[in-house]
Amino acid sequence: MAINRRDFLKIAGITTLAGIGGAVGVNLITNKGIEAAQYLEDPKSLKGKRWGIAIDISKFNTPESYQKVIDACHTIHNVPLINNPKEEIKWIWTESYEHTFSSHEYANPYIKEALKKKPFLVLCNHCDNPPCVRVCPTKATFKRKSDGIVMMDMHRCIGCRFCMAGCPYGARSFNWRDPRPYIKKQNPEFPTRMKGVVEKCTLCYERIAIGLKPACVEASNGAMVFGDLNDPNSDIRKVLASNYSIRRKPELGTTPCVFYIIGG
Amino acid sequence: MLETAFKGSRIYWAWIIFLLAIIGIGFIFYLKQFIVGLGVTGMSRDVSWGFYISQFTFLVGIAASGVMVVLPYYLHNYKAFGKITILGEFLAIPAVIMCMLFIFVDLGQPLRVLNVILHPTPNSVMFYDMIVLGGYLFLNILVGWTALGAERKGIAPPKWLKFFVILSIIWAPSIHTVTAFLYSGLPGKYFWMSALLAAQFLSSAFASGPALLILLALIVRKFTKFDPGTEAIQALGKIVTYFMLTSVFFLGLKFFTSFYSGIPSYGHSIVYLYAGLDGYKKLVPIMWISNILTIIALILLVIPQLRKNELLLAIASLCVFVALWIDKGFGLIVGGFVPNSFKQITEYWPTIPEVSISLGVWAIGFLILTILYKVAISIREELGDVDVHH
Repeated sequence: MAINRRDFLKIAGITTLAGIGGAVGVNLITNKGIEAAQYLEDPKSLKGKRWGIAIDISKFNTPESYQKVIDACHTIHNVPLINNPKEEIKWIWTESYEHTFSSHEYANPYIKEALKKKPFLVLCNHCDNPPCVRVCPTKATFKRKSDGIVMMDMHRCIGCRFCMAGCPYGARSFNWRDPRPYIKKQNPEFPTRMKGVVEKCTLCYERIAIGLKPACVEASNGAMVFGDLNDPNSDIRKVLASNYSIRRKPELGTTPCVFYIIGG
Repeated sequence: MLETAFKGSRIYWAWIIFLLAIIGIGFIFYLKQFIVGLGVTGMSRDVSWGFYISQFTFLVGIAASGVMVVLPYYLHNYKAFGKITILGEFLAIPAVIMCMLFIFVDLGQPLRVLNVILHPTPNSVMFYDMIVLGGYLFLNILVGWTALGAERKGIAPPKWLKFFVILSIIWAPSIHTVTAFLYSGLPGKYFWMSALLAAQFLSSAFASGPALLILLALIVRKFTKFDPGTEAIQALGKIVTYFMLTSVFFLGLKFFTSFYSGIPSYGHSIVYLYAGLDGYKKLVPIMWISNILTIIALILLVIPQLRKNELLLAIASLCVFVALWIDKGFGLIVGGFVPNSFKQITEYWPTIPEVSISLGVWAIGFLILTILYKVAISIREELGDVDVHH
C-alpha cells in the first residue's frame, strides 16, 4: 500500500489526537489519587475526621496577642514579608469586624463599639464544601478525605488563579514574583515556594502528622481551640456548645470550619 | 494551498512585517514576565485576573460568532453568505488560538500547562473549556480547509463534511456558555453570579463578532479583487443590530435585578464601573466611552437608511466592536473583583509589559487571520471570483 506524505501526516495527526484523548480517558478512570503525606503515618499523629478551629475573640486583647499568632505561622511556613499590598502573601492575618463579616455589614450598625473596633484573625476556612477545590483544573488544591484539610500541592499548581477567584474569603495568595528574597530567616523544615503558584494556610498538616497542634493555636495561649468537629467530646465541640459563635459568610453554603466566639 | 500566502503585494508584506514586529516586542516582554513572574502585570492579590483573561473572554465570543454566518448559509441555505462564510470560519480559527495564548500567558507556571491533561479534573469548568475550545478549533480548521480545497478543485465538498458543519454550529454556543460558567458559578462574586451571564456573553458575541466581520469584509473588498457581497454585509448589519439591542436589553435586566432588589452586594461592582465606589473610579471613563459608543452605534444601526450607507455601517461596526471590547474585554472581569471578599477596594490598571504581551498575542491572531484570508482570497481570485459552491 502506497502512502503519500499527505496521508501520512493526516494519520499521524489523528493518532496524536487520539493518543492525547485516550490518555485523558485512562487517567480519569485509573487515577485513584494517593494523598501526599498519608502513606507513612507517625503513631503520634493527631487523629481527627474533621478538623476545625474556634477563635475566642475575648481572649485577644493586645496587638501583641495577634502578632504572636501570625508570626508563629508565617515564620515556620516561610511566608515572605512583602510590603506591597498588591503582592503580599498571607496565611493568617487580621481584618476589622466589618470586613471579616462583610455579609453582616449592613445588618446591625449598633453592635458593641468594642466589637466594631476589634481586629479578627482570618485564615483559610477549610470549608466542608470548598469552591477552590471545585474549580481547580489540576487538583493542585484538594480536600484531604481523612480529615477534611484543604491542601495545596505547590508542585502541581499551574498558577491559573481560578481558586483565588473561587474563594469567597480572600484566603489565597499568589506568588507574583520569587518569594525567597523576602523570607527573613528560612525554616529548613518547611518548603519555600517558587514564583507563579498559589498558597494558603494548610492547617499545619505537617505538625498534625507528628502530634502537634497548628502553630497559631499553640501560640495563642488558649485563645484558639483546635479539634475534631466530628467528635462530640472534643475541646472544640465543648467550647462551641457552651458559647455563641459565628462563621464567615455561612449563606454561601461552603460550611467553614473556622468559628468565631464573639461572646453573648 | 498554503503556498498562496507566500506571494503577495508590497502592502501585504509590509503588513506581515509590521505584525511580526509587534509579536517580537510582545515576546521580549513575555520573556521578562517569564523570568520575573506575573508581578510585571497590574494584577494583584485582590484583582487576580486582568487584561489577559479579559481578552480571552472577549475572543471566545469572536470565535463563537462565526456561527452567525455558518448557520444561515448551511442550515437555511442563505445564498448571500456563500462568499463570506469562509471569512467567518477563518476568523474563528485565529480567535480560538488567541484565546489559548491568552490563557497561556496568564499562567504563573506556564511549563506545567499540561497538568490540565495529566490530571484531568471534571469538576473544574476549565476542564470543559479546554475540550470545547480545542474541539472548536479542530472543527473550524477541518470545515474551512476542506471546503476551500474542494472549491479550488471545482468539486462539491465531500458529503461527510456536512456532519462536521452541523456539529460546529451546535458547538459554537457551547464555547461561550462554558466560558461564562467559569465566572457565573463562583460563590460570593455577585457581579458574575447570574444565570443571565452566558446569555449576555452570547448576545454581545453575536454583535461584536459580525461587526468585526463587516469591517474585515470591507477591508478585503478594498484591497483585493474579492467581493464578499453587499447583500451579505447588509445582512450582517442586521444581525449586529438585533444582537446589540439584545445586549443592551440584557444589561438593563441586570441593572433592574441588582438595584430594585436593593441588595448592596449585587450593585457594588456596577456602581464601581459606571460611577465609582468610595472614591475609586479608575474604570469610569472607559465604561462611559463604551456607553457613548453603544448609543452612537444603535442610532446608526436601528435607522435603516443610515445602516444601508456602507460608510455609516462601518462606523457603527467599529463603535460596536470597541464598546463591547471595553465592556467585556476589560470591565467585566476587573469589575467582578471590585470590591474584594472583604469589601475593600484595590484598583487595577494594566502595565506596559502586560499591554505589550497582549498586543503581541493579538498580532499573532491577526497574522494567522491574514494568512488564512490570503489563502482563501487567492483561491477565489484564481477562480476568477465566479459563483461559488461552498
